[in-house]
Amino acid sequence: MRLPSALAHQIIEHARAEFPNECCGLIAGSGDLATRVLPTTNAEGTPFMYVMDPREQMELMDAIEDAGEDLVAIYHSHTRSAAYPSKTDVELAFFAEPLYVIVSLQDADQPVIRAFRLARSAPEGEQITEEPITAPDA
Amino acid sequence: MSTVKIPPVLRQAVGGERTVEAPGSTMGEVLTNLCQAHPAVGAQILTPDGELHKYVNIYVNDEDARLLQWTDTPVGEGDTVMILPAMAGGA
Repeated sequence: MRLPSALAHQIIEHARAEFPNECCGLIAGSGDLATRVLPTTNAEGTPFMYVMDPREQMELMDAIEDAGEDLVAIYHSHTRSAAYPSKTDVELAFFAEPLYVIVSLQDADQPVIRAFRLARSAPEGEQITEEPITAPDA
Repeated sequence: MSTVKIPPVLRQAVGGERTVEAPGSTMGEVLTNLCQAHPAVGAQILTPDGELHKYVNIYVNDEDARLLQWTDTPVGEGDTVMILPAMAGGA
């Protein structure tokens, strides 16, 4: 996945703004290139869980499709744990196509962003595949 | 017949269609018939017990079916049922 540094910064700032709760949002683009970050509301509003507001999810998914863009990734933050999918993240990964991007604020001074492809129905041990993130403007 | 709006994530399971027609007098019947016609949809939205997954939202004519009568919500000709798997997870 190619994630311009300005968009990575936007995701980190969203995570910091929602801290201690988890943040969530969508990343739109073309193919593997991210071009827009679309912050959404975490309807759960807790440090332990995110559930994207379904109305916002529906409207943004339609808007991305209508604009001819791709849903490149779904992102959320881990405020106290590493940037790696939890058991719940895998169990609730209904979307096989977009990547799942996780930003960790475990070390507040050194946020970490990683991307994964999640396959909830795959055998254990084959459900999580990390995808490299590159910054095309680096 | 109701029209079922299929989100991109489930389209492959219905041959790429954005909408499909399914019979049934309640939302639950419509989804049961849809899943029988397209078992790959059921694999995504049903639990192993055959219940609708807690994190799959269903809208009937743009109204959250949980705020209506959930699977007993009456539907008929011209009604639209939309499936929206949640984007969710936890630390």
